[in-house]
Amino acid sequence: MSHLDFAAVLVQWPALLRGALVTLLLTAIATAGGLVLGVACGWARAWGPKPLAAAVGVYVELIRNTPFIVQLFFVFFGLPSLGVKFTPEIASVLAMVINLGAYAAEIVRAGIEGTPRGQIEAARSLAMNEWQVFLRVVLPPALGRVWPAMVSQIVIVMLGSAVCGQIATAELSYQANLIQSRNFRAFEAFIVATAIYLLMSIGLRHGLNWAGRRFVFGR
Amino acid sequence: MVDFSLWDIFRNLMLAARWTVLLSLIAFVGGGVVGLGLLLARVAKWPWAEKYVPCYVQLFQGTPLLMQLFLAYFGLAMLGLDVSAWVAAALALTLYSSAFLAEIWRGCVAAIPKGQWEAADSLALNFGEKMRHVIGPQAMRVALAPTVGFLVQVIKGTALASVIGFIELTKAGTMISNATFQPFKIYACVALLYFALCWPISAWSRAIERKLRRVH
Repeated sequence: MSHLDFAAVLVQWPALLRGALVTLLLTAIATAGGLVLGVACGWARAWGPKPLAAAVGVYVELIRNTPFIVQLFFVFFGLPSLGVKFTPEIASVLAMVINLGAYAAEIVRAGIEGTPRGQIEAARSLAMNEWQVFLRVVLPPALGRVWPAMVSQIVIVMLGSAVCGQIATAELSYQANLIQSRNFRAFEAFIVATAIYLLMSIGLRHGLNWAGRRFVFGR
Repeated sequence: MVDFSLWDIFRNLMLAARWTVLLSLIAFVGGGVVGLGLLLARVAKWPWAEKYVPCYVQLFQGTPLLMQLFLAYFGLAMLGLDVSAWVAAALALTLYSSAFLAEIWRGCVAAIPKGQWEAADSLALNFGEKMRHVIGPQAMRVALAPTVGFLVQVIKGTALASVIGFIELTKAGTMISNATFQPFKIYACVALLYFALCWPISAWSRAIERKLRRVH
Protein backbone atom coordinates (compact mmCIF):
# COMPACT_ATOMS: atom_id res chain seq x y z
CA MET A 1 0.00 0.00 0.00
CA SER A 2 1.39 3.35 -0.98
CA HIS A 3 1.30 6.28 1.40
CA LEU A 4 -1.05 9.21 0.99
CA ASP A 5 0.31 12.52 -0.24
CA PHE A 6 -2.25 15.30 0.00
CA ALA A 7 0.34 18.06 -0.37
CA ALA A 8 0.81 17.13 -4.03
CA VAL A 9 -2.88 17.84 -4.58
CA LEU A 10 -3.28 20.83 -2.29
CA VAL A 11 -0.52 22.85 -4.00
CA GLN A 12 -2.86 22.91 -6.99
CA TRP A 13 -5.44 24.85 -4.95
CA PRO A 14 -5.96 27.58 -7.57
CA ALA A 15 -7.22 24.96 -10.06
CA LEU A 16 -9.50 23.44 -7.41
CA LEU A 17 -10.82 26.87 -6.47
CA ARG A 18 -11.50 27.69 -10.12
CA GLY A 19 -13.28 24.36 -10.52
CA ALA A 20 -15.42 24.95 -7.44
CA LEU A 21 -16.38 28.40 -8.71
CA VAL A 22 -17.35 27.00 -12.10
CA THR A 23 -19.49 24.37 -10.36
CA LEU A 24 -21.21 27.08 -8.32
CA LEU A 25 -21.70 29.26 -11.41
CA LEU A 26 -23.22 26.35 -13.37
CA THR A 27 -25.50 25.66 -10.41
CA ALA A 28 -26.54 29.31 -10.10
CA ILE A 29 -27.49 29.63 -13.77
CA ALA A 30 -29.21 26.25 -13.76
CA THR A 31 -31.14 27.20 -10.63
CA ALA A 32 -32.38 30.45 -12.15
CA GLY A 33 -33.34 28.79 -15.44
CA GLY A 34 -34.71 25.67 -13.79
CA LEU A 35 -36.92 27.61 -11.39
CA VAL A 36 -38.47 29.68 -14.19
CA LEU A 37 -39.00 26.57 -16.30
CA GLY A 38 -40.31 24.68 -13.27
CA VAL A 39 -42.85 27.38 -12.38
CA ALA A 40 -44.03 27.60 -15.99
CA CYS A 41 -44.37 23.81 -16.24
CA GLY A 42 -45.92 23.57 -12.78
CA TRP A 43 -48.52 26.10 -13.84
CA ALA A 44 -49.17 24.22 -17.08
CA ARG A 45 -49.58 20.93 -15.20
CA ALA A 46 -51.92 22.30 -12.55
CA TRP A 47 -53.81 25.09 -14.32
CA GLY A 48 -52.90 24.96 -18.00
CA PRO A 49 -55.03 23.82 -20.94
CA LYS A 50 -55.34 20.03 -21.25
CA PRO A 51 -53.03 19.43 -24.27
CA LEU A 52 -50.30 21.61 -22.77
CA ALA A 53 -50.60 19.84 -19.42
CA ALA A 54 -50.26 16.49 -21.19
CA ALA A 55 -47.19 17.62 -23.17
CA VAL A 56 -45.51 18.91 -20.02
CA GLY A 57 -46.39 15.62 -18.32
CA VAL A 58 -44.49 13.72 -21.02
CA TYR A 59 -41.48 16.01 -20.60
CA VAL A 60 -41.47 15.61 -16.82
CA GLU A 61 -41.75 11.82 -16.96
CA LEU A 62 -39.08 11.51 -19.68
CA ILE A 63 -36.56 13.53 -17.69
CA ARG A 64 -37.33 12.00 -14.31
CA ASN A 65 -36.96 8.46 -15.62
CA THR A 66 -33.65 8.80 -17.48
CA PRO A 67 -30.17 9.42 -16.05
CA PHE A 68 -28.71 12.92 -16.16
CA ILE A 69 -25.55 11.69 -17.89
CA VAL A 70 -27.62 10.37 -20.81
CA GLN A 71 -29.48 13.69 -21.06
CA LEU A 72 -26.13 15.50 -21.09
CA PHE A 73 -24.67 13.21 -23.76
CA PHE A 74 -27.82 13.60 -25.82
CA VAL A 75 -27.55 17.39 -25.72
CA PHE A 76 -23.78 17.49 -26.31
CA PHE A 77 -23.22 14.59 -28.73
CA GLY A 78 -26.69 13.94 -30.12
CA LEU A 79 -28.08 17.36 -30.98
CA PRO A 80 -25.11 18.49 -33.16
CA SER A 81 -26.18 15.94 -35.78
CA LEU A 82 -29.35 18.03 -36.15
CA GLY A 83 -27.16 21.06 -36.73
CA VAL A 84 -27.36 22.57 -33.22
CA LYS A 85 -23.88 22.73 -31.74
CA PHE A 86 -23.01 23.76 -28.20
CA THR A 87 -19.82 24.42 -26.30
CA PRO A 88 -19.39 22.06 -23.31
CA GLU A 89 -20.38 24.85 -20.91
CA ILE A 90 -23.59 25.71 -22.78
CA ALA A 91 -24.48 22.03 -23.14
CA SER A 92 -23.93 21.52 -19.40
CA VAL A 93 -26.10 24.47 -18.41
CA LEU A 94 -28.80 23.48 -20.88
CA ALA A 95 -28.91 19.88 -19.62
CA MET A 96 -28.98 21.08 -16.02
CA VAL A 97 -31.82 23.52 -16.70
CA ILE A 98 -33.85 20.87 -18.52
CA ASN A 99 -33.20 18.41 -15.70
CA LEU A 100 -33.99 20.75 -12.82
CA GLY A 101 -37.02 22.14 -14.69
CA ALA A 102 -38.70 18.73 -14.74
CA TYR A 103 -38.17 18.05 -11.03
CA ALA A 104 -39.05 21.64 -10.11
CA ALA A 105 -42.29 21.34 -12.11
CA GLU A 106 -43.46 18.48 -9.91
CA ILE A 107 -42.40 20.29 -6.74
CA VAL A 108 -44.17 23.51 -7.79
CA ARG A 109 -47.27 21.59 -8.78
CA ALA A 110 -47.43 19.97 -5.36
CA GLY A 111 -47.22 23.45 -3.83
CA ILE A 112 -49.91 24.87 -6.12
CA GLU A 113 -52.28 21.99 -5.43
CA GLY A 114 -51.96 22.65 -1.70
CA THR A 115 -53.56 26.08 -2.08
CA PRO A 116 -56.83 26.32 -0.16
CA ARG A 117 -59.81 26.88 -2.51
CA GLY A 118 -61.04 29.81 -0.45
CA GLN A 119 -57.94 31.86 -1.23
CA ILE A 120 -58.46 31.52 -4.97
CA GLU A 121 -62.15 32.36 -4.62
CA ALA A 122 -61.31 35.35 -2.46
CA ALA A 123 -58.82 36.62 -5.04
CA ARG A 124 -61.36 36.21 -7.85
CA SER A 125 -64.00 38.01 -5.83
CA LEU A 126 -61.58 40.97 -5.71
CA ALA A 127 -61.77 41.01 -9.54
CA MET A 128 -58.21 39.85 -9.99
CA ASN A 129 -57.61 38.27 -13.40
CA GLU A 130 -56.22 34.74 -13.74
CA TRP A 131 -52.60 35.93 -13.99
CA GLN A 132 -52.88 38.06 -10.90
CA VAL A 133 -54.49 35.21 -9.01
CA PHE A 134 -51.68 32.87 -9.98
CA LEU A 135 -48.69 35.19 -9.60
CA ARG A 136 -49.80 37.11 -6.49
CA VAL A 137 -52.03 34.78 -4.53
CA VAL A 138 -51.22 31.18 -5.45
CA LEU A 139 -47.53 31.13 -6.35
CA PRO A 140 -45.74 32.91 -3.48
CA PRO A 141 -47.12 30.78 -0.61
CA ALA A 142 -46.91 27.67 -2.82
CA LEU A 143 -43.18 28.25 -3.36
CA GLY A 144 -42.77 28.93 0.34
CA ARG A 145 -44.39 25.62 1.23
CA VAL A 146 -42.16 23.59 -1.09
CA TRP A 147 -38.96 25.61 -0.72
CA PRO A 148 -37.13 22.96 1.39
CA ALA A 149 -37.87 20.32 -1.26
CA MET A 150 -36.71 22.73 -3.96
CA VAL A 151 -33.46 23.37 -2.08
CA SER A 152 -32.83 19.61 -1.86
CA GLN A 153 -33.35 19.31 -5.60
CA ILE A 154 -30.98 22.21 -6.32
CA VAL A 155 -28.31 20.51 -4.19
CA ILE A 156 -28.87 17.25 -6.11
CA VAL A 157 -28.41 19.11 -9.39
CA MET A 158 -25.21 20.71 -8.06
CA LEU A 159 -23.84 17.28 -7.14
CA GLY A 160 -24.99 15.89 -10.47
CA SER A 161 -23.00 18.56 -12.29
CA ALA A 162 -19.85 16.53 -11.48
CA VAL A 163 -20.77 14.55 -14.59
CA CYS A 164 -20.32 17.66 -16.76
CA GLY A 165 -16.56 17.16 -16.45
CA GLN A 166 -17.00 14.18 -18.76
CA ILE A 167 -17.70 16.51 -21.67
CA ALA A 168 -14.75 18.75 -20.69
CA THR A 169 -16.62 21.45 -18.78
CA ALA A 170 -13.89 22.75 -16.46
CA GLU A 171 -15.80 22.26 -13.20
CA LEU A 172 -14.52 20.77 -9.94
CA SER A 173 -14.46 17.07 -10.85
CA TYR A 174 -12.76 17.94 -14.15
CA GLN A 175 -10.03 19.85 -12.33
CA ALA A 176 -9.54 16.94 -9.91
CA ASN A 177 -9.20 14.63 -12.90
CA LEU A 178 -6.68 16.97 -14.49
CA ILE A 179 -4.62 17.12 -11.30
CA GLN A 180 -4.51 13.34 -10.92
CA SER A 181 -3.53 12.91 -14.56
CA ARG A 182 -0.47 15.08 -13.88
CA ASN A 183 0.70 13.78 -10.50
CA PHE A 184 -0.92 10.29 -10.40
CA ARG A 185 -2.39 11.04 -6.96
CA ALA A 186 -5.88 9.92 -8.00
CA PHE A 187 -7.23 8.92 -4.60
CA GLU A 188 -6.01 12.09 -2.87
CA ALA A 189 -7.27 14.35 -5.67
CA PHE A 190 -10.76 12.84 -5.53
CA ILE A 191 -10.82 12.88 -1.70
CA VAL A 192 -10.08 16.60 -1.74
CA ALA A 193 -12.65 17.25 -4.48
CA THR A 194 -15.24 15.17 -2.61
CA ALA A 195 -14.59 17.13 0.59
CA ILE A 196 -15.11 20.39 -1.33
CA TYR A 197 -18.36 19.05 -2.77
CA LEU A 198 -19.51 18.09 0.72
CA LEU A 199 -18.78 21.57 2.07
CA MET A 200 -20.50 23.18 -0.92
CA SER A 201 -23.61 21.03 -0.59
CA ILE A 202 -23.92 21.76 3.14
CA GLY A 203 -23.26 25.46 2.55
CA LEU A 204 -25.68 25.67 -0.38
CA ARG A 205 -28.45 23.90 1.55
CA HIS A 206 -28.13 26.15 4.60
CA GLY A 207 -27.63 29.27 2.49
CA LEU A 208 -30.69 28.69 0.32
CA ASN A 209 -32.89 27.67 3.24
CA TRP A 210 -31.80 30.75 5.15
CA ALA A 211 -32.26 33.03 2.12
CA GLY A 212 -35.71 31.59 1.50
CA ARG A 213 -36.81 32.33 5.05
CA ARG A 214 -35.06 35.67 5.28
CA PHE A 215 -35.83 37.31 1.94
CA VAL A 216 -38.59 35.53 0.12
CA PHE A 217 -41.00 33.44 2.11
CA GLY A 218 -40.34 34.64 5.63
CA ARG A 219 -42.91 36.16 7.89
CA MET B 1 -17.59 3.06 -40.55
CA VAL B 2 -19.49 0.01 -39.43
CA ASP B 3 -22.89 -0.45 -40.92
CA PHE B 4 -25.38 -0.74 -38.07
CA SER B 5 -29.09 -0.86 -38.69
CA LEU B 6 -31.42 0.58 -36.08
CA TRP B 7 -32.26 -2.97 -35.07
CA ASP B 8 -28.55 -3.82 -34.57
CA ILE B 9 -28.17 -0.78 -32.35
CA PHE B 10 -31.25 -1.61 -30.35
CA ARG B 11 -30.32 -5.27 -29.96
CA ASN B 12 -26.82 -4.45 -28.70
CA LEU B 13 -28.18 -1.88 -26.29
CA MET B 14 -30.70 -4.41 -24.98
CA LEU B 15 -27.86 -6.86 -24.34
CA ALA B 16 -25.95 -4.18 -22.43
CA ALA B 17 -29.07 -3.26 -20.46
CA ARG B 18 -28.85 -6.66 -18.75
CA TRP B 19 -25.77 -5.40 -16.91
CA THR B 20 -27.58 -2.24 -15.89
CA VAL B 21 -30.34 -4.39 -14.42
CA LEU B 22 -27.92 -6.75 -12.67
CA LEU B 23 -25.82 -3.94 -11.18
CA SER B 24 -29.00 -2.18 -10.01
CA LEU B 25 -30.23 -5.32 -8.30
CA ILE B 26 -26.89 -5.95 -6.58
CA ALA B 27 -26.72 -2.35 -5.36
CA PHE B 28 -30.36 -2.30 -4.27
CA VAL B 29 -30.29 -5.62 -2.40
CA GLY B 30 -26.83 -5.01 -0.93
CA GLY B 31 -27.80 -1.49 0.02
CA GLY B 32 -31.00 -2.79 1.57
CA VAL B 33 -29.10 -5.23 3.79
CA VAL B 34 -26.50 -2.67 4.91
CA GLY B 35 -29.16 0.02 5.26
CA LEU B 36 -31.31 -2.24 7.43
CA GLY B 37 -28.33 -2.89 9.68
CA LEU B 38 -27.68 0.84 10.02
CA LEU B 39 -31.36 1.50 10.67
CA LEU B 40 -31.63 -1.14 13.40
CA ALA B 41 -28.42 0.05 15.05
CA ARG B 42 -29.86 3.53 15.11
CA VAL B 43 -33.34 2.58 16.30
CA ALA B 44 -31.77 0.42 19.03
CA LYS B 45 -30.00 3.61 20.15
CA TRP B 46 -26.48 2.25 20.06
CA PRO B 47 -24.34 5.22 21.08
CA TRP B 48 -21.92 5.00 18.13
CA ALA B 49 -24.76 4.49 15.68
CA GLU B 50 -26.69 7.52 16.92
CA LYS B 51 -23.56 9.59 16.39
CA TYR B 52 -22.07 8.20 13.21
CA VAL B 53 -24.98 6.95 11.07
CA PRO B 54 -26.19 10.53 10.43
CA CYS B 55 -22.62 11.43 9.38
CA TYR B 56 -22.53 8.40 7.08
CA VAL B 57 -25.83 9.44 5.51
CA GLN B 58 -24.71 13.05 5.12
CA LEU B 59 -21.45 11.88 3.53
CA PHE B 60 -23.21 9.89 0.81
CA GLN B 61 -26.09 12.32 0.27
CA GLY B 62 -23.82 15.37 0.22
CA THR B 63 -21.24 14.23 -2.33
CA PRO B 64 -21.56 13.32 -6.00
CA LEU B 65 -22.08 9.64 -6.77
CA LEU B 66 -19.44 10.06 -9.47
CA MET B 67 -16.83 10.98 -6.85
CA GLN B 68 -17.89 8.00 -4.71
CA LEU B 69 -17.33 5.74 -7.71
CA PHE B 70 -13.91 7.24 -8.38
CA LEU B 71 -12.94 6.90 -4.72
CA ALA B 72 -14.03 3.25 -4.63
CA TYR B 73 -12.14 2.56 -7.84
CA PHE B 74 -8.88 4.30 -6.92
CA GLY B 75 -9.15 3.72 -3.17
CA LEU B 76 -9.38 -0.07 -3.49
CA ALA B 77 -6.47 0.05 -5.91
CA MET B 78 -4.43 1.98 -3.35
CA LEU B 79 -5.07 -0.74 -0.78
CA GLY B 80 -3.23 -3.00 -3.17
CA LEU B 81 -6.36 -4.78 -4.44
CA ASP B 82 -6.65 -5.42 -8.12
CA VAL B 83 -10.20 -4.18 -8.63
CA SER B 84 -12.35 -4.46 -11.70
CA ALA B 85 -14.90 -1.82 -12.59
CA TRP B 86 -17.49 -4.40 -11.51
CA VAL B 87 -16.29 -4.57 -7.92
CA ALA B 88 -15.77 -0.82 -7.57
CA ALA B 89 -19.18 0.01 -9.05
CA ALA B 90 -20.99 -2.61 -6.97
CA LEU B 91 -19.28 -1.44 -3.78
CA ALA B 92 -19.86 2.28 -4.35
CA LEU B 93 -23.48 1.85 -5.40
CA THR B 94 -24.19 -0.50 -2.49
CA LEU B 95 -22.86 1.99 0.05
CA TYR B 96 -24.70 4.84 -1.70
CA SER B 97 -27.98 2.90 -1.62
CA SER B 98 -27.48 1.87 2.01
CA ALA B 99 -27.17 5.51 3.12
CA PHE B 100 -30.33 6.58 1.28
CA LEU B 101 -32.38 3.56 2.34
CA ALA B 102 -31.29 3.91 5.97
CA GLU B 103 -32.52 7.51 5.89
CA ILE B 104 -35.79 6.74 4.08
CA TRP B 105 -36.61 3.92 6.47
CA ARG B 106 -35.69 5.96 9.52
CA GLY B 107 -38.35 8.44 8.49
CA CYS B 108 -40.86 5.60 8.20
CA VAL B 109 -40.00 4.29 11.67
CA ALA B 110 -40.24 7.81 13.07
CA ALA B 111 -43.75 8.07 11.60
CA ILE B 112 -45.01 5.27 13.87
CA PRO B 113 -47.02 6.84 16.71
CA LYS B 114 -45.35 6.83 20.12
CA GLY B 115 -48.26 4.89 21.59
CA GLN B 116 -47.27 1.85 19.55
CA TRP B 117 -43.83 1.81 21.16
CA GLU B 118 -45.31 2.25 24.60
CA ALA B 119 -47.87 -0.48 24.01
CA ALA B 120 -45.12 -2.83 22.87
CA ASP B 121 -43.05 -1.93 25.93
CA SER B 122 -45.99 -2.52 28.23
CA LEU B 123 -46.27 -6.04 26.78
CA ALA B 124 -42.64 -6.57 27.81
CA LEU B 125 -41.57 -7.28 24.24
CA ASN B 126 -37.84 -7.17 23.72
CA PHE B 127 -36.24 -5.14 20.89
CA GLY B 128 -36.33 -7.95 18.35
CA GLU B 129 -39.97 -8.80 19.06
CA LYS B 130 -40.98 -5.15 19.01
CA MET B 131 -39.38 -4.71 15.61
CA ARG B 132 -40.77 -7.91 14.17
CA HIS B 133 -44.35 -7.76 15.44
CA VAL B 134 -45.19 -4.10 16.11
CA ILE B 135 -42.95 -1.53 14.46
CA GLY B 136 -41.67 -3.46 11.44
CA PRO B 137 -45.00 -4.37 9.80
CA GLN B 138 -46.39 -0.85 10.19
CA ALA B 139 -43.20 0.87 9.03
CA MET B 140 -42.98 -1.44 6.02
CA ARG B 141 -46.38 -0.34 4.73
CA VAL B 142 -45.28 3.29 4.78
CA ALA B 143 -41.81 2.45 3.44
CA LEU B 144 -42.88 0.51 0.36
CA ALA B 145 -43.65 3.44 -1.97
CA PRO B 146 -40.48 5.50 -1.29
CA THR B 147 -38.33 2.35 -1.38
CA VAL B 148 -39.66 1.36 -4.79
CA GLY B 149 -39.20 4.98 -5.88
CA PHE B 150 -35.58 4.84 -4.76
CA LEU B 151 -35.00 1.84 -7.02
CA VAL B 152 -35.45 4.23 -9.96
CA GLN B 153 -32.71 6.42 -8.52
CA VAL B 154 -30.40 3.39 -8.25
CA ILE B 155 -31.04 2.38 -11.87
CA LYS B 156 -30.26 5.92 -13.00
CA GLY B 157 -27.20 5.92 -10.73
CA THR B 158 -25.74 2.87 -12.44
CA ALA B 159 -25.34 5.00 -15.59
CA LEU B 160 -22.41 6.71 -13.84
CA ALA B 161 -20.58 3.38 -13.58
CA SER B 162 -19.93 3.82 -17.32
CA VAL B 163 -17.43 6.54 -16.40
CA ILE B 164 -15.13 4.09 -14.59
CA GLY B 165 -15.34 1.70 -17.53
CA PHE B 166 -18.19 -0.58 -16.47
CA ILE B 167 -19.90 -1.68 -19.67
CA GLU B 168 -23.62 -1.18 -19.20
CA LEU B 169 -26.31 0.63 -21.15
CA THR B 170 -24.72 4.10 -21.24
CA LYS B 171 -21.20 2.82 -21.95
CA ALA B 172 -22.52 0.56 -24.70
CA GLY B 173 -24.27 3.59 -26.19
CA THR B 174 -21.02 5.55 -26.19
CA MET B 175 -19.11 2.65 -27.75
CA ILE B 176 -21.65 2.07 -30.52
CA SER B 177 -21.84 5.80 -31.11
CA ASN B 178 -18.05 5.94 -31.54
CA ALA B 179 -18.27 3.16 -34.10
CA THR B 180 -21.27 4.36 -36.10
CA PHE B 181 -21.28 8.17 -35.73
CA GLN B 182 -25.01 8.27 -35.07
CA PRO B 183 -25.07 9.77 -31.57
CA PHE B 184 -28.55 11.29 -31.92
CA LYS B 185 -30.24 8.01 -32.71
CA ILE B 186 -28.18 6.02 -30.23
CA TYR B 187 -28.56 8.27 -27.19
CA ALA B 188 -32.27 8.53 -27.96
CA CYS B 189 -32.43 4.71 -27.87
CA VAL B 190 -30.40 4.63 -24.65
CA ALA B 191 -32.74 7.14 -23.03
CA LEU B 192 -35.75 5.17 -24.26
CA LEU B 193 -34.44 1.96 -22.72
CA TYR B 194 -33.81 3.67 -19.38
CA PHE B 195 -37.32 5.07 -19.59
CA ALA B 196 -38.71 1.61 -20.31
CA LEU B 197 -36.92 0.31 -17.20
CA CYS B 198 -37.70 3.17 -14.84
CA TRP B 199 -41.15 4.42 -15.77
CA PRO B 200 -43.12 1.29 -14.80
CA ILE B 201 -41.33 1.31 -11.44
CA SER B 202 -42.14 5.00 -10.92
CA ALA B 203 -45.75 4.36 -11.84
CA TRP B 204 -45.88 1.39 -9.46
CA SER B 205 -44.45 3.49 -6.64
CA ARG B 206 -47.08 6.18 -7.24
CA ALA B 207 -49.85 3.57 -7.32
CA ILE B 208 -48.74 2.19 -3.94
CA GLU B 209 -48.71 5.69 -2.51
CA ARG B 210 -52.20 6.45 -3.77
CA LYS B 211 -53.53 3.20 -2.36
CA LEU B 212 -51.98 3.92 1.02
CA ARG B 213 -53.47 7.41 1.08
CA ARG B 214 -56.92 6.07 0.27
CA VAL B 215 -56.73 3.62 3.16
CA HIS B 216 -55.88 6.38 5.62
